[in-house]
Amino acid sequence: MTTLIHDSATMTRRNTLRIARTPQLLPLLIAGPVVFVLLFNVVFGGSIATGELAYINYLIPGILVQMAVFDGTNTAMALAEDHQRGTIGRFKSLPMHRAAVLIGRVVADAARAAVTAGIVVAVGFALGFRPGDGIETVIPAIALVVAFGHAFAWGYTVLALHVPTPESLQSASWIPVFPLVFAASTFAPVENMPSWMQPVVEHQPVTVTVDAVRALLHGGDLAGPLVQSLAWTTGLIVVFATWSIRRFSRV
Amino acid sequence: MTTALRSAHQPSEPAPTPHEPIVRVDGVVVRFADVTALDGVSLTIAPGEIRGLLGPNGSGKTTLVSVIATLLAPTSGSVRVDGHDVGTDPTNVRRAIGLAGQYAAVDDLLTGRENLEIVGALYGLDRRTARRRADEVLERLSLTAAADRPVRTYSGGMRRRLDLGASLAGRPQVLLLDEPTTGLDPRTRNELWDFLRDLVEEGTTVLLTTQYLEEADALADRITVLDSGRVIAEGTADDLKSSAGASRLVVTPHFDIDLEVAAAAVESSVGRLVVVDRQSGTIAVPVVERTIALVAAADALRLAGVEVADIAVRRPSLDDVFLSITGRTTGSQRMEES
Repeated sequence: MTTLIHDSATMTRRNTLRIARTPQLLPLLIAGPVVFVLLFNVVFGGSIATGELAYINYLIPGILVQMAVFDGTNTAMALAEDHQRGTIGRFKSLPMHRAAVLIGRVVADAARAAVTAGIVVAVGFALGFRPGDGIETVIPAIALVVAFGHAFAWGYTVLALHVPTPESLQSASWIPVFPLVFAASTFAPVENMPSWMQPVVEHQPVTVTVDAVRALLHGGDLAGPLVQSLAWTTGLIVVFATWSIRRFSRV
Repeated sequence: MTTALRSAHQPSEPAPTPHEPIVRVDGVVVRFADVTALDGVSLTIAPGEIRGLLGPNGSGKTTLVSVIATLLAPTSGSVRVDGHDVGTDPTNVRRAIGLAGQYAAVDDLLTGRENLEIVGALYGLDRRTARRRADEVLERLSLTAAADRPVRTYSGGMRRRLDLGASLAGRPQVLLLDEPTTGLDPRTRNELWDFLRDLVEEGTTVLLTTQYLEEADALADRITVLDSGRVIAEGTADDLKSSAGASRLVVTPHFDIDLEVAAAAVESSVGRLVVVDRQSGTIAVPVVERTIALVAAADALRLAGVEVADIAVRRPSLDDVFLSITGRTTGSQRMEES
Protein backbone atom coordinates (compact mmCIF):
# COMPACT_ATOMS: atom_id res chain seq x y z
CA MET A 1 0.00 0.00 0.00
CA THR A 2 2.83 2.43 0.86
CA THR A 3 4.49 1.49 -2.44
CA LEU A 4 1.24 2.20 -4.27
CA ILE A 5 0.92 5.66 -2.70
CA HIS A 6 4.62 6.49 -3.16
CA ASP A 7 4.66 5.32 -6.78
CA SER A 8 1.34 7.01 -7.60
CA ALA A 9 2.73 10.26 -6.21
CA THR A 10 5.88 9.87 -8.33
CA MET A 11 3.85 9.17 -11.46
CA THR A 12 1.52 12.09 -10.74
CA ARG A 13 4.55 14.36 -10.41
CA ARG A 14 5.96 13.06 -13.68
CA ASN A 15 2.70 13.53 -15.57
CA THR A 16 2.01 16.95 -14.07
CA LEU A 17 5.47 18.12 -15.11
CA ARG A 18 4.81 16.81 -18.60
CA ILE A 19 1.46 18.61 -18.81
CA ALA A 20 2.93 21.84 -17.44
CA ARG A 21 5.67 21.74 -20.09
CA THR A 22 3.45 20.96 -23.05
CA PRO A 23 4.45 23.52 -25.66
CA GLN A 24 1.74 26.19 -26.06
CA LEU A 25 -0.16 24.76 -23.09
CA LEU A 26 -2.07 27.91 -22.15
CA PRO A 27 -3.38 28.72 -25.63
CA LEU A 28 -4.42 25.07 -25.97
CA LEU A 29 -6.24 25.11 -22.64
CA ILE A 30 -8.00 28.40 -23.42
CA ALA A 31 -8.92 27.74 -27.05
CA GLY A 32 -11.44 24.94 -26.35
CA PRO A 33 -13.55 26.81 -23.78
CA VAL A 34 -13.50 30.04 -25.82
CA VAL A 35 -14.63 28.31 -29.01
CA PHE A 36 -17.37 26.26 -27.36
CA VAL A 37 -18.74 29.04 -25.18
CA LEU A 38 -18.76 31.59 -28.00
CA LEU A 39 -20.15 29.18 -30.57
CA PHE A 40 -23.01 27.79 -28.52
CA ASN A 41 -23.87 31.13 -26.99
CA VAL A 42 -24.10 32.84 -30.38
CA VAL A 43 -25.69 29.99 -32.34
CA PHE A 44 -28.19 28.72 -29.78
CA GLY A 45 -28.45 31.74 -27.49
CA GLY A 46 -31.32 33.29 -29.39
CA SER A 47 -33.25 30.15 -30.25
CA ILE A 48 -33.26 27.99 -27.13
CA ALA A 49 -35.77 28.98 -24.48
CA THR A 50 -34.34 28.45 -21.02
CA GLY A 51 -37.01 30.11 -18.89
CA GLU A 52 -35.91 33.00 -16.70
CA LEU A 53 -32.29 31.80 -16.85
CA ALA A 54 -30.24 33.72 -19.42
CA TYR A 55 -28.77 31.31 -22.02
CA ILE A 56 -25.14 32.01 -20.97
CA ASN A 57 -26.08 31.06 -17.39
CA TYR A 58 -27.78 27.90 -18.69
CA LEU A 59 -24.85 27.11 -20.99
CA ILE A 60 -21.83 27.38 -18.66
CA PRO A 61 -22.76 24.34 -16.51
CA GLY A 62 -23.21 22.36 -19.73
CA ILE A 63 -19.82 23.45 -21.12
CA LEU A 64 -18.15 22.66 -17.79
CA VAL A 65 -19.39 19.07 -17.94
CA GLN A 66 -18.77 18.73 -21.67
CA MET A 67 -15.14 19.88 -21.33
CA ALA A 68 -14.58 17.53 -18.39
CA VAL A 69 -15.91 14.58 -20.40
CA PHE A 70 -13.97 15.44 -23.58
CA ASP A 71 -10.80 15.96 -21.50
CA GLY A 72 -10.75 12.20 -21.08
CA THR A 73 -9.32 12.02 -24.60
CA ASN A 74 -6.16 13.68 -23.18
CA THR A 75 -5.80 10.75 -20.81
CA ALA A 76 -6.16 8.23 -23.60
CA MET A 77 -3.76 10.04 -25.93
CA ALA A 78 -1.11 10.46 -23.23
CA LEU A 79 -1.25 6.75 -22.41
CA ALA A 80 -1.07 5.80 -26.06
CA GLU A 81 1.94 8.07 -26.60
CA ASP A 82 3.73 6.61 -23.59
CA HIS A 83 2.99 3.16 -24.93
CA GLN A 84 4.28 3.99 -28.39
CA ARG A 85 7.48 5.57 -27.11
CA GLY A 86 8.31 2.55 -24.99
CA THR A 87 7.89 4.45 -21.72
CA ILE A 88 5.17 2.06 -20.56
CA GLY A 89 7.52 -0.86 -21.20
CA ARG A 90 10.16 0.79 -19.04
CA PHE A 91 7.66 1.39 -16.21
CA LYS A 92 6.49 -2.20 -16.40
CA SER A 93 10.07 -3.42 -16.01
CA LEU A 94 10.55 -1.43 -12.79
CA PRO A 95 9.81 -2.83 -9.33
CA MET A 96 6.94 -0.37 -8.96
CA HIS A 97 3.24 -0.86 -8.35
CA ARG A 98 1.78 -1.13 -11.85
CA ALA A 99 -1.54 0.47 -10.90
CA ALA A 100 0.48 3.62 -10.10
CA VAL A 101 1.10 4.16 -13.84
CA LEU A 102 -2.65 4.59 -14.38
CA ILE A 103 -3.44 6.33 -11.10
CA GLY A 104 -0.65 8.86 -11.66
CA ARG A 105 -2.10 9.51 -15.11
CA VAL A 106 -5.72 10.18 -14.12
CA VAL A 107 -4.80 12.19 -11.02
CA ALA A 108 -2.58 14.52 -13.06
CA ASP A 109 -5.35 14.78 -15.65
CA ALA A 110 -7.84 15.70 -12.91
CA ALA A 111 -5.59 18.62 -11.97
CA ARG A 112 -5.58 19.66 -15.62
CA ALA A 113 -9.39 19.32 -15.75
CA ALA A 114 -9.72 21.64 -12.74
CA VAL A 115 -7.68 24.29 -14.57
CA THR A 116 -9.84 23.84 -17.68
CA ALA A 117 -12.99 24.27 -15.58
CA GLY A 118 -11.59 27.47 -14.09
CA ILE A 119 -10.93 28.79 -17.59
CA VAL A 120 -14.49 27.94 -18.69
CA VAL A 121 -15.85 29.95 -15.74
CA ALA A 122 -13.52 32.86 -16.54
CA VAL A 123 -14.51 32.90 -20.21
CA GLY A 124 -18.18 32.69 -19.14
CA PHE A 125 -17.71 35.63 -16.81
CA ALA A 126 -16.36 37.74 -19.63
CA LEU A 127 -19.52 36.95 -21.62
CA GLY A 128 -21.97 37.73 -18.86
CA PHE A 129 -22.23 34.50 -16.88
CA ARG A 130 -23.15 35.14 -13.23
CA PRO A 131 -23.96 32.32 -10.77
CA GLY A 132 -27.35 33.16 -9.23
CA ASP A 133 -26.40 31.70 -5.86
CA GLY A 134 -23.14 33.62 -5.52
CA ILE A 135 -19.62 33.30 -6.82
CA GLU A 136 -18.56 30.88 -4.05
CA THR A 137 -20.81 28.18 -5.58
CA VAL A 138 -18.24 27.87 -8.38
CA ILE A 139 -16.00 25.82 -6.09
CA PRO A 140 -18.32 22.89 -5.35
CA ALA A 141 -19.49 23.03 -8.97
CA ILE A 142 -15.93 22.60 -10.26
CA ALA A 143 -15.29 19.83 -7.72
CA LEU A 144 -18.32 17.90 -8.95
CA VAL A 145 -17.32 18.41 -12.58
CA VAL A 146 -13.76 17.25 -11.96
CA ALA A 147 -14.96 14.14 -10.13
CA PHE A 148 -17.33 13.34 -12.99
CA GLY A 149 -14.58 13.90 -15.57
CA HIS A 150 -12.33 11.62 -13.52
CA ALA A 151 -14.81 8.78 -14.07
CA PHE A 152 -14.54 9.35 -17.82
CA ALA A 153 -10.74 9.51 -17.62
CA TRP A 154 -10.86 5.95 -16.27
CA GLY A 155 -13.24 5.02 -19.08
CA TYR A 156 -10.79 6.41 -21.62
CA THR A 157 -8.00 4.51 -19.86
CA VAL A 158 -9.86 1.26 -20.59
CA LEU A 159 -10.19 2.38 -24.20
CA ALA A 160 -6.49 3.27 -24.47
CA LEU A 161 -5.48 -0.14 -23.14
CA HIS A 162 -7.53 -1.82 -25.84
CA VAL A 163 -6.66 0.55 -28.70
CA PRO A 164 -3.06 1.45 -28.01
CA THR A 165 -2.09 3.47 -31.09
CA PRO A 166 -2.72 7.23 -30.98
CA GLU A 167 -4.03 7.23 -34.56
CA SER A 168 -6.85 4.73 -34.03
CA LEU A 169 -7.65 6.22 -30.62
CA GLN A 170 -8.11 9.61 -32.24
CA SER A 171 -11.12 8.33 -34.15
CA ALA A 172 -12.40 5.81 -31.60
CA SER A 173 -12.47 8.23 -28.71
CA TRP A 174 -15.35 10.43 -29.87
CA ILE A 175 -17.88 7.73 -30.61
CA PRO A 176 -18.94 6.81 -27.07
CA VAL A 177 -19.17 10.33 -25.61
CA PHE A 178 -20.83 12.33 -28.36
CA PRO A 179 -24.33 10.88 -27.84
CA LEU A 180 -23.92 11.18 -24.08
CA VAL A 181 -22.97 14.84 -24.24
CA PHE A 182 -25.47 15.97 -26.88
CA ALA A 183 -28.49 13.83 -25.96
CA ALA A 184 -28.53 15.51 -22.56
CA SER A 185 -29.49 18.76 -20.88
CA THR A 186 -26.02 20.10 -21.77
CA PHE A 187 -27.06 22.71 -24.35
CA ALA A 188 -30.85 22.54 -24.46
CA PRO A 189 -33.72 21.60 -22.13
CA VAL A 190 -34.78 17.95 -22.19
CA GLU A 191 -38.52 18.94 -22.45
CA ASN A 192 -37.98 19.92 -26.10
CA MET A 193 -36.59 16.53 -27.12
CA PRO A 194 -38.77 13.74 -28.58
CA SER A 195 -40.89 12.25 -25.82
CA TRP A 196 -39.57 8.69 -26.35
CA MET A 197 -36.08 9.94 -25.66
CA GLN A 198 -36.82 11.89 -22.55
CA PRO A 199 -36.93 9.07 -19.94
CA VAL A 200 -33.45 7.92 -20.99
CA VAL A 201 -31.99 11.40 -21.37
CA GLU A 202 -33.30 12.55 -17.97
CA HIS A 203 -31.33 9.93 -16.05
CA GLN A 204 -28.22 9.49 -18.07
CA PRO A 205 -25.00 10.57 -16.31
CA VAL A 206 -24.32 13.77 -18.24
CA THR A 207 -27.85 15.16 -17.76
CA VAL A 208 -27.96 14.54 -14.01
CA THR A 209 -24.50 16.04 -13.57
CA VAL A 210 -25.30 19.14 -15.65
CA ASP A 211 -28.53 19.54 -13.68
CA ALA A 212 -26.66 19.20 -10.40
CA VAL A 213 -24.06 21.80 -11.47
CA ARG A 214 -26.87 24.16 -12.55
CA ALA A 215 -28.59 23.72 -9.21
CA LEU A 216 -25.33 24.34 -7.36
CA LEU A 217 -24.70 27.57 -9.30
CA HIS A 218 -28.19 28.94 -9.78
CA GLY A 219 -30.40 27.19 -7.19
CA GLY A 220 -33.28 24.78 -7.78
CA ASP A 221 -33.69 21.07 -7.04
CA LEU A 222 -30.22 19.91 -6.03
CA ALA A 223 -30.59 16.69 -4.05
CA GLY A 224 -32.10 14.52 -6.82
CA PRO A 225 -29.58 15.20 -9.60
CA LEU A 226 -26.64 15.41 -7.17
CA VAL A 227 -27.31 11.96 -5.69
CA GLN A 228 -27.74 10.45 -9.15
CA SER A 229 -24.59 12.16 -10.42
CA LEU A 230 -22.48 10.96 -7.50
CA ALA A 231 -23.88 7.45 -7.91
CA TRP A 232 -22.96 7.42 -11.61
CA THR A 233 -19.50 8.88 -10.86
CA THR A 234 -18.76 6.31 -8.17
CA GLY A 235 -20.13 3.43 -10.21
CA LEU A 236 -18.18 4.35 -13.35
CA ILE A 237 -14.94 4.85 -11.41
CA VAL A 238 -15.28 1.48 -9.69
CA VAL A 239 -16.03 -0.36 -12.94
CA PHE A 240 -13.50 1.38 -15.21
CA ALA A 241 -10.68 1.61 -12.64
CA THR A 242 -10.97 -2.08 -11.76
CA TRP A 243 -11.16 -3.04 -15.42
CA SER A 244 -8.17 -0.99 -16.52
CA ILE A 245 -5.94 -1.84 -13.56
CA ARG A 246 -6.67 -5.56 -14.00
CA ARG A 247 -5.87 -5.39 -17.67
CA PHE A 248 -2.76 -3.28 -17.23
CA SER A 249 -1.33 -5.39 -14.40
CA ARG A 250 -1.50 -8.70 -16.12
CA VAL A 251 1.84 -9.80 -17.50
CA MET B 1 32.78 8.07 -9.20
CA THR B 2 33.15 4.55 -10.40
CA THR B 3 33.82 3.32 -6.90
CA ALA B 4 30.76 5.14 -5.59
CA LEU B 5 28.50 3.29 -7.97
CA ARG B 6 30.21 0.04 -7.30
CA SER B 7 30.19 0.29 -3.53
CA ALA B 8 26.40 0.21 -3.30
CA HIS B 9 26.36 -3.08 -5.08
CA GLN B 10 26.12 -4.99 -1.85
CA PRO B 11 23.07 -7.21 -1.85
CA SER B 12 22.18 -8.57 1.56
CA GLU B 13 21.60 -12.04 0.16
CA PRO B 14 24.69 -14.18 -0.45
CA ALA B 15 26.39 -13.35 -3.72
CA PRO B 16 26.02 -16.10 -6.30
CA THR B 17 29.09 -18.27 -6.65
CA PRO B 18 31.05 -17.63 -9.83
CA HIS B 19 29.66 -20.68 -11.54
CA GLU B 20 26.04 -20.18 -10.65
CA PRO B 21 24.26 -18.45 -13.54
CA ILE B 22 22.55 -15.15 -12.77
CA VAL B 23 20.11 -15.62 -15.65
CA ARG B 24 18.70 -19.04 -16.37
CA VAL B 25 16.31 -19.47 -19.29
CA ASP B 26 14.84 -22.94 -19.53
CA GLY B 27 12.84 -24.25 -22.47
CA VAL B 28 10.97 -21.00 -23.06
CA VAL B 29 8.20 -21.09 -25.62
CA VAL B 30 6.18 -18.01 -26.55
CA ARG B 31 3.23 -18.44 -28.86
CA PHE B 32 1.06 -15.62 -30.10
CA ALA B 33 -2.21 -16.29 -31.92
CA ASP B 34 -0.63 -18.06 -34.87
CA VAL B 35 3.07 -17.29 -34.54
CA THR B 36 5.63 -19.10 -32.44
CA ALA B 37 8.03 -16.33 -31.45
CA LEU B 38 10.23 -18.48 -29.21
CA ASP B 39 10.40 -22.21 -29.71
CA GLY B 40 12.15 -23.76 -26.72
CA VAL B 41 14.97 -21.36 -25.90
CA SER B 42 17.40 -22.29 -23.13
CA LEU B 43 20.47 -20.36 -22.05
CA THR B 44 22.39 -19.42 -18.94
CA ILE B 45 24.42 -16.29 -18.29
CA ALA B 46 27.20 -16.14 -15.71
CA PRO B 47 27.51 -13.13 -13.39
CA GLY B 48 29.63 -10.38 -14.92
CA GLU B 49 29.29 -11.73 -18.43
CA ILE B 50 28.34 -9.73 -21.52
CA ARG B 51 26.15 -11.98 -23.57
CA GLY B 52 25.34 -11.07 -27.12
CA LEU B 53 21.99 -12.22 -28.44
CA LEU B 54 22.42 -12.15 -32.16
CA GLY B 55 19.88 -12.70 -34.85
CA PRO B 56 18.07 -11.09 -37.74
CA ASN B 57 14.81 -9.15 -37.39
CA GLY B 58 12.01 -11.41 -36.26
CA SER B 59 14.30 -14.06 -34.77
CA GLY B 60 12.80 -13.58 -31.29
CA LYS B 61 15.46 -11.43 -29.60
CA THR B 62 13.10 -8.76 -28.34
CA THR B 63 10.55 -11.37 -27.28
CA LEU B 64 13.18 -13.10 -25.16
CA VAL B 65 14.20 -9.81 -23.55
CA SER B 66 10.54 -9.05 -22.82
CA VAL B 67 10.13 -12.41 -21.10
CA ILE B 68 13.25 -11.89 -18.95
CA ALA B 69 12.09 -8.34 -18.13
CA THR B 70 8.68 -9.70 -16.94
CA LEU B 71 6.83 -7.79 -19.66
CA LEU B 72 5.55 -10.96 -21.29
CA ALA B 73 4.60 -14.29 -19.74
CA PRO B 74 6.04 -17.32 -21.57
CA THR B 75 3.58 -19.89 -22.90
CA SER B 76 5.77 -22.52 -21.27
CA GLY B 77 9.24 -22.85 -19.79
CA SER B 78 10.80 -20.88 -16.97
CA VAL B 79 13.12 -17.94 -16.44
CA ARG B 80 15.01 -17.16 -13.24
CA VAL B 81 16.99 -13.99 -12.65
CA ASP B 82 19.23 -13.88 -9.59
CA GLY B 83 17.32 -16.91 -8.33
CA HIS B 84 13.87 -15.32 -8.67
CA ASP B 85 11.25 -16.75 -10.99
CA VAL B 86 9.70 -14.27 -13.44
CA GLY B 87 6.29 -15.87 -13.05
CA THR B 88 6.02 -16.22 -9.28
CA ASP B 89 8.29 -13.43 -8.07
CA PRO B 90 8.34 -10.74 -10.74
CA THR B 91 8.94 -7.89 -8.28
CA ASN B 92 12.30 -9.27 -7.19
CA VAL B 93 13.24 -9.91 -10.80
CA ARG B 94 12.40 -6.26 -11.58
CA ARG B 95 14.60 -5.15 -8.68
CA ALA B 96 17.51 -7.08 -10.21
CA ILE B 97 17.19 -5.84 -13.79
CA GLY B 98 17.49 -2.63 -15.75
CA LEU B 99 15.98 -2.38 -19.23
CA ALA B 100 17.00 -0.05 -22.01
CA GLY B 101 15.85 -0.33 -25.56
CA GLN B 102 16.08 0.92 -29.07
CA TYR B 103 13.37 3.50 -28.47
CA ALA B 104 15.20 5.52 -25.81
CA ALA B 105 12.19 5.61 -23.50
CA VAL B 106 12.97 8.92 -21.87
CA ASP B 107 10.67 11.89 -21.38
CA ASP B 108 11.59 14.65 -23.78
CA LEU B 109 9.64 17.28 -21.85
CA LEU B 110 11.54 16.57 -18.63
CA THR B 111 15.18 17.34 -17.92
CA GLY B 112 17.78 14.62 -17.84
CA ARG B 113 17.98 14.89 -14.06
CA GLU B 114 14.20 14.67 -13.63
CA ASN B 115 14.09 11.57 -15.81
CA LEU B 116 16.65 9.81 -13.66
CA GLU B 117 15.11 10.94 -10.38
CA ILE B 118 11.72 9.62 -11.37
CA VAL B 119 13.03 6.22 -12.40
CA GLY B 120 15.10 6.13 -9.18
CA ALA B 121 11.99 6.88 -7.13
CA LEU B 122 10.16 4.07 -8.90
CA TYR B 123 12.99 1.71 -7.93
CA GLY B 124 11.96 2.57 -4.37
CA LEU B 125 14.67 5.11 -3.56
CA ASP B 126 13.79 8.02 -1.30
CA ARG B 127 14.05 11.48 -2.77
CA ARG B 128 17.52 12.30 -1.48
CA THR B 129 19.03 9.03 -2.58
CA ALA B 130 17.33 9.30 -5.97
CA ARG B 131 18.80 12.78 -6.41
CA ARG B 132 22.30 11.68 -5.42
CA ARG B 133 22.10 8.63 -7.65
CA ALA B 134 20.95 10.79 -10.57
CA ASP B 135 23.98 13.05 -10.09
CA GLU B 136 26.31 10.05 -10.13
CA VAL B 137 24.79 8.59 -13.27
CA LEU B 138 24.80 11.96 -15.05
CA GLU B 139 28.48 12.39 -14.31
CA ARG B 140 29.35 8.90 -15.52
CA LEU B 141 27.50 9.50 -18.75
CA SER B 142 29.10 12.92 -19.22
CA LEU B 143 25.67 14.52 -19.11
CA THR B 144 26.24 16.77 -16.10
CA ALA B 145 26.38 19.92 -18.22
CA ALA B 146 23.08 19.04 -19.88
CA ALA B 147 21.43 17.72 -16.71
CA ASP B 148 18.92 20.53 -16.32
CA ARG B 149 18.00 20.89 -19.96
CA PRO B 150 14.85 19.27 -21.33
CA VAL B 151 15.67 16.03 -23.09
CA ARG B 152 14.09 17.29 -26.31
CA THR B 153 17.20 19.45 -26.76
CA TYR B 154 19.49 16.38 -26.56
CA SER B 155 21.20 14.75 -29.54
CA GLY B 156 20.35 11.16 -30.43
CA GLY B 157 23.46 9.88 -28.71
CA MET B 158 22.74 11.84 -25.54
CA ARG B 159 19.20 10.48 -25.40
CA ARG B 160 20.47 6.96 -25.76
CA ARG B 161 23.00 7.55 -23.01
CA LEU B 162 20.31 8.93 -20.75
CA ASP B 163 18.09 5.95 -21.50
CA LEU B 164 20.95 3.70 -20.51
CA GLY B 165 21.46 5.83 -17.41
CA ALA B 166 17.80 5.44 -16.47
CA SER B 167 18.21 1.69 -16.57
CA LEU B 168 21.15 2.11 -14.15
CA ALA B 169 19.23 4.22 -11.65
CA GLY B 170 18.33 1.18 -9.58
CA ARG B 171 21.85 -0.29 -9.78
CA PRO B 172 20.66 -3.43 -11.49
CA GLN B 173 22.69 -6.61 -11.41
CA VAL B 174 21.54 -7.50 -14.89
CA LEU B 175 21.27 -4.95 -17.66
CA LEU B 176 18.99 -5.88 -20.58
CA LEU B 177 19.80 -3.85 -23.67
CA ASP B 178 17.58 -4.28 -26.68
CA GLU B 179 19.47 -3.05 -29.73
CA PRO B 180 21.06 -0.20 -27.79
CA THR B 181 22.98 1.27 -30.70
CA THR B 182 20.45 0.95 -33.53
CA GLY B 183 20.43 4.18 -35.48
CA LEU B 184 23.50 5.72 -33.82
CA ASP B 185 26.40 7.13 -35.80
CA PRO B 186 29.70 5.22 -35.54
CA ARG B 187 31.36 7.64 -33.12
CA THR B 188 28.44 7.62 -30.69
CA ARG B 189 28.19 3.87 -31.01
CA ASN B 190 31.83 3.48 -30.05
CA GLU B 191 31.34 5.72 -27.02
CA LEU B 192 28.45 3.56 -25.91
CA TRP B 193 30.51 0.42 -26.39
CA ASP B 194 33.31 1.82 -24.23
CA PHE B 195 30.81 2.73 -21.58
CA LEU B 196 29.34 -0.76 -21.59
CA ARG B 197 32.78 -2.29 -21.23
CA ASP B 198 33.43 -0.09 -18.17
CA LEU B 199 30.18 -1.21 -16.64
CA VAL B 200 31.02 -4.83 -16.96
CA GLU B 201 34.41 -4.28 -15.38
CA GLU B 202 32.40 -3.38 -12.31
CA GLY B 203 30.56 -6.64 -12.34
CA THR B 204 27.27 -5.82 -14.03
CA THR B 205 25.93 -8.62 -16.19
CA VAL B 206 24.71 -7.51 -19.61
CA LEU B 207 22.41 -9.17 -22.09
CA LEU B 208 22.65 -7.27 -25.34
CA THR B 209 20.58 -7.94 -28.43
CA THR B 210 21.89 -6.88 -31.76
CA GLN B 211 21.53 -7.62 -35.41
CA TYR B 212 24.98 -6.20 -36.01
CA LEU B 213 27.43 -9.05 -36.10
CA GLU B 214 30.30 -6.64 -35.55
CA GLU B 215 28.69 -5.35 -32.38
CA ALA B 216 28.35 -8.79 -30.83
CA ASP B 217 31.93 -9.48 -31.83
CA ALA B 218 33.22 -6.24 -30.33
CA LEU B 219 31.41 -6.50 -26.99
CA ALA B 220 30.24 -9.93 -26.05
CA ASP B 221 32.11 -12.60 -24.10
CA ARG B 222 29.75 -15.19 -25.46
CA ILE B 223 27.24 -15.03 -28.27
CA THR B 224 23.94 -16.84 -28.59
CA VAL B 225 22.64 -16.93 -32.14
CA LEU B 226 18.86 -16.96 -32.52
CA ASP B 227 16.99 -17.81 -35.68
CA SER B 228 13.20 -18.22 -35.96
CA GLY B 229 12.82 -18.50 -32.20
CA ARG B 230 15.48 -21.17 -31.68
CA VAL B 231 19.06 -21.09 -30.46
CA ILE B 232 21.11 -22.24 -33.44
CA ALA B 233 24.60 -21.64 -32.04
CA GLU B 234 26.35 -20.50 -28.92
CA GLY B 235 29.94 -19.81 -28.00
CA THR B 236 32.64 -17.18 -27.96
CA ALA B 237 33.12 -15.12 -31.09
CA ASP B 238 36.27 -17.16 -31.76
CA ASP B 239 34.40 -20.47 -31.34
CA LEU B 240 31.79 -19.36 -33.80
CA LYS B 241 34.33 -18.09 -36.25
CA SER B 242 36.41 -21.23 -36.27
CA SER B 243 33.24 -23.29 -36.70
CA ALA B 244 32.60 -21.35 -39.88
CA GLY B 245 35.70 -22.76 -41.48
CA ALA B 246 38.90 -21.50 -42.98
CA SER B 247 40.48 -18.09 -42.83
CA ARG B 248 40.82 -16.10 -46.03
CA LEU B 249 43.72 -14.29 -47.55
CA VAL B 250 42.47 -11.01 -48.95
CA VAL B 251 44.52 -8.88 -51.33
CA THR B 252 43.64 -5.43 -52.60
CA PRO B 253 45.91 -4.22 -55.44
CA HIS B 254 46.60 -0.52 -55.41
CA PHE B 255 45.62 -0.18 -59.10
CA ASP B 256 42.47 -1.89 -60.35
CA ILE B 257 44.24 -2.60 -63.63
CA ASP B 258 46.51 -5.06 -61.78
CA LEU B 259 43.55 -7.15 -60.60
CA GLU B 260 43.96 -9.96 -63.18
CA VAL B 261 47.74 -10.19 -62.84
CA ALA B 262 47.47 -10.16 -59.06
CA ALA B 263 44.73 -12.83 -59.09
CA ALA B 264 46.92 -15.12 -61.20
CA ALA B 265 49.92 -14.52 -58.94
CA VAL B 266 47.97 -15.27 -55.75
CA GLU B 267 46.28 -18.31 -57.27
CA SER B 268 49.54 -19.92 -58.38
CA SER B 269 51.35 -19.13 -55.13
CA VAL B 270 48.60 -20.48 -52.83
CA GLY B 271 47.55 -23.24 -55.19
CA ARG B 272 43.78 -22.69 -54.78
CA LEU B 273 41.08 -20.94 -56.80
CA VAL B 274 40.65 -17.27 -55.92
CA VAL B 275 37.47 -15.20 -55.87
CA VAL B 276 37.81 -11.81 -57.53
CA ASP B 277 35.41 -9.07 -56.42
CA ARG B 278 35.60 -6.35 -59.05
CA GLN B 279 33.29 -4.08 -57.15
CA SER B 280 35.61 -3.75 -54.17
CA GLY B 281 38.76 -4.55 -56.17
CA THR B 282 39.74 -7.43 -53.89
CA ILE B 283 40.98 -10.96 -54.36
CA ALA B 284 40.11 -13.57 -51.74
CA VAL B 285 41.23 -17.14 -51.28
CA PRO B 286 40.66 -19.64 -48.47
CA VAL B 287 43.90 -20.56 -46.71
CA VAL B 288 44.92 -23.11 -44.08
CA GLU B 289 48.62 -22.46 -43.47
CA ARG B 290 48.14 -18.77 -42.96
CA THR B 291 51.73 -17.54 -42.57
CA ILE B 292 53.08 -19.61 -45.43
CA ALA B 293 50.29 -18.48 -47.74
CA LEU B 294 50.78 -14.86 -46.80
CA VAL B 295 54.52 -14.91 -47.48
CA ALA B 296 54.14 -16.89 -50.69
CA ALA B 297 51.45 -14.56 -52.03
CA ALA B 298 53.44 -11.46 -51.10
CA ASP B 299 56.48 -12.86 -52.86
CA ALA B 300 54.50 -13.72 -56.00
CA LEU B 301 52.96 -10.24 -56.06
CA ARG B 302 56.41 -8.67 -55.79
CA LEU B 303 57.69 -10.76 -58.72
CA ALA B 304 54.62 -9.81 -60.78
CA GLY B 305 55.26 -6.14 -60.03
CA VAL B 306 51.91 -5.55 -58.37
CA GLU B 307 51.66 -2.60 -55.99
CA VAL B 308 49.48 -3.69 -53.03
CA ALA B 309 47.09 -1.43 -51.13
CA ASP B 310 46.23 -4.08 -48.56
CA ILE B 311 47.08 -7.69 -47.90
CA ALA B 312 45.84 -9.60 -44.88
CA VAL B 313 44.64 -12.89 -43.50
CA ARG B 314 41.09 -12.50 -42.23
CA ARG B 315 39.24 -14.86 -39.97
CA PRO B 316 35.66 -15.50 -41.04
CA SER B 317 33.20 -12.76 -40.11
CA LEU B 318 30.15 -13.56 -38.07
CA ASP B 319 28.19 -13.07 -41.27
CA ASP B 320 30.07 -16.09 -42.61
CA VAL B 321 29.14 -17.88 -39.38
CA PHE B 322 25.47 -17.19 -39.85
CA LEU B 323 25.70 -18.27 -43.46
CA SER B 324 27.42 -21.51 -42.59
CA ILE B 325 24.85 -22.40 -39.89
CA THR B 326 21.63 -21.37 -41.58
CA GLY B 327 22.62 -21.49 -45.23
CA ARG B 328 21.58 -17.88 -45.68
CA THR B 329 22.74 -14.42 -44.73
CA THR B 330 21.19 -12.40 -41.96
CA GLY B 331 19.62 -10.00 -44.38
CA SER B 332 20.65 -7.13 -42.16
CA GLN B 333 22.74 -4.36 -43.55
CA ARG B 334 26.32 -4.49 -42.42
CA MET B 335 27.72 -1.74 -40.30
CA GLU B 336 30.22 0.31 -42.19
CA GLU B 337 33.63 -1.28 -42.21
CA SER B 338 36.20 0.59 -40.20
